[in-house]
Amino acid sequence: MDDDETGLHVRPHGLPIDPDTAGDQVEEGRHRWLAFARTHADVLAVISAGGALGSLGRWGLEQLLPWSGTSFPWATFAVNVTGALALGVLMVLVVDVWPPRRYVRPFVGVGLLGGWTTFSTYVLEARDLLAVGRPGTALAYVGGSLVAGLVAVWVGIALTRLVAVTR
Amino acid sequence: MTVLAVLLGGAIGAPLRYVADLFVQSRHESVFPWGTFTVNVVGSLVLGLTAAAVVELGSPDWVLVLVGTGLCGALTTFSTFGYETVRLLEEGSVGAAAANSVGSIVVGLGACAGGFALATALL
Repeated sequence: MDDDETGLHVRPHGLPIDPDTAGDQVEEGRHRWLAFARTHADVLAVISAGGALGSLGRWGLEQLLPWSGTSFPWATFAVNVTGALALGVLMVLVVDVWPPRRYVRPFVGVGLLGGWTTFSTYVLEARDLLAVGRPGTALAYVGGSLVAGLVAVWVGIALTRLVAVTR
Repeated sequence: MTVLAVLLGGAIGAPLRYVADLFVQSRHESVFPWGTFTVNVVGSLVLGLTAAAVVELGSPDWVLVLVGTGLCGALTTFSTFGYETVRLLEEGSVGAAAANSVGSIVVGLGACAGGFALATALL
């Protein structure tokens, strides 16, 4: 396990499975969560700021592309797929290209992209589509978001490796 | 007012996901991303409850924006969900990837619909 100054534990030549914690550890001992909050107050604040901004961006796009309640929810589809693409790009840059930075992954990966994308609205919209008798649209939305999101992550990782890593 | 509700909800939801993810991940050894699975299901349940409750109670719009758009929106994540699924596939954990993607959607949708139905029935 590599252990750099950011506390980002990664397998050699590999991206972590969980990009948010990426191997961040809470030390053993009494009051360990209190101690963690104290040593990571800056990181939590950065995540909070990113989450606020990302959520505002998502809300803004929802205002621009309002959803009728019966049609395909394009705004949520768009934030989720673009956020997935961006996270794939970011993780390769953070792990394989850029020097270790304490705030980049927490701010952009956990905060901004976590706030920009949403799983809860995704399933609520699917529920609403089913409730109004649009199972076809619900299925296309659920399946389409999943497939497009996975392809987006893969493209983000592969393109960034191609352009930035294997130069 | 609405913008403040989004900002506040997002500012609480994102660090909550990070801490909840750490907490869950520290309690198992498997490759399965239980941390993200958990926040996504819990956030979906809370959003289902809230979406029905604001209708039943006639709450002002900012309540759903604060709890739904902001808090649940930032607590849950699609980018990490997708990323973890792709990483599991890359590692050859096809079963875990399939279970994570289908399981998150089925359980998340069930939690959301269940929460919605529960709030509608109770309020």
